Amino acid sequence: MAAIEFRNVSKIYHRHPSRPFFHRYLLEKWRRAPKERFYALRDVSFRLERGEAVGVVGANGAGKSTLLSLIAGLSFPDQGEVRVEGRTAGLLELGSGFHPDLTGRENLTVYAALLGLDARQLRERFERMVEFAGIGEFLDEPLRTYSSGMVLRLAFSVAIHVEADIMLFDEVLAVGDQAFQAACFEKIFELRRRGATFVCVSHAPEILKRLCERALWLEGGQVVRDGPTGQVLEAYQSFLAVKAAD
Amino acid sequence: MRGFRYGFLLANLILRDFKIRYRNMSLGIFWSLLNPLVLMGVLTFIFTRIFPNPCHRHFGVFVLCGLVPFNFFALAWVSGTTSLFNNATLIKRVRFPREVLPVAVVLANGIHFLIQIGLLIGFVLATGYGVNRQWLWLPFVLGLEVVFVCGLSLASSALDVFFRDVRYVVESANTVLFWLVPIFYSFAIIPEQYRTIYQFNPVAAVVLACRLILLEGRRPPFSLLWKLAFVSLLALGLGLAVFARSKRKFADHL
Repeated sequence: MAAIEFRNVSKIYHRHPSRPFFHRYLLEKWRRAPKERFYALRDVSFRLERGEAVGVVGANGAGKSTLLSLIAGLSFPDQGEVRVEGRTAGLLELGSGFHPDLTGRENLTVYAALLGLDARQLRERFERMVEFAGIGEFLDEPLRTYSSGMVLRLAFSVAIHVEADIMLFDEVLAVGDQAFQAACFEKIFELRRRGATFVCVSHAPEILKRLCERALWLEGGQVVRDGPTGQVLEAYQSFLAVKAAD
Repeated sequence: MRGFRYGFLLANLILRDFKIRYRNMSLGIFWSLLNPLVLMGVLTFIFTRIFPNPCHRHFGVFVLCGLVPFNFFALAWVSGTTSLFNNATLIKRVRFPREVLPVAVVLANGIHFLIQIGLLIGFVLATGYGVNRQWLWLPFVLGLEVVFVCGLSLASSALDVFFRDVRYVVESANTVLFWLVPIFYSFAIIPEQYRTIYQFNPVAAVVLACRLILLEGRRPPFSLLWKLAFVSLLALGLGLAVFARSKRKFADHL
């Protein structure tokens, strides 16, 4: 069963999406001036089976984040079709929605609710989330007293305990110290054994190699290469080396 | 989006809003009371000492009947309008039903509204008016006002994503409405030919209904009640429709 399927997907952005009212309507609509557009993704097709873990590599602006937000259902394709089976949990920019004046406990609760947990599910997981985050006696302190590492650990812990069918990571695995990273990997492998699908954007090749058996290389909104992680990364890195030499 | 728990999320967002506003404030919840009290004092001073206004024997409580529903309307609508923009990172990063954001902000303002209604009722009783069974209409009338503001905020917050001018339109509309809603004058002194326009303004209808119920012990006329109900539900329906049409584009435009 396919967990994620992209069929000829394109995502187009206009250059000035929030131009003032008069420019936008009077000039562009009435004169029918052609809008300046660019393709964040162009004709992307791939298929991810349930339980697969795929890494996404590419330069800044290659379309990696757009790809993730299409999978997460945050934005929608202009051409083609995106099909996603099951619930997604994005670990994109962890802790969006955290507030410095609220305590760790309050932030945890709101974040869990945003990620789709109800009161009962949260109660069941609360202990595990707190323990995993390792914030201990800081739980009832306001978030502004936390170190940035603690904030990220708290957010990561909530997101990973949502235990969605499809988990999306955007550069979040470089979080915390080595011990916490090890715990994260352990948790991820546990979820993978239970059939969760992972999509992971990262610039750290060693993380991708450990976590994903398959990789996509995006360049200018298109899939340049799709295959086993080792091979794709090798090709990507030699491409980078050539570019750096130029 | 199936099976998403609106209730728990909504409750938590309301609570978050409420807590953020009052944490680290030494006067805390008294701010909810202070603002209408100050305005009431100023308006009473002006309209009993400077422009003596024969609208009502107890001008203070008369003004408060107008201020409390209007304050809620103005504050809830403005903060509802910017609720999507203020949560841009959330909208771009987390998938959840977007409708809860403006609705939660309006309902969080509803908590202050409740506190202010408590203040109003305190004043009504202290001035010597009694409790009567028409008070049972209050939750209905005030509830419709909340519905109306939810509808307006859903529409205006969605439009604000695409045109940031909307918030200023809302602010200006509120300033204008302060004069056009009978807050410091009574419905009775409005010349006949303008009354129909007033009747279709839900905020004016709520103010009028509050005064009839609290100060005169009379049930608001059914013509007012059904018009209020009709306009409020229509606003909610239109708000939801506008929101539903545009919400797929929110993440791309914020």
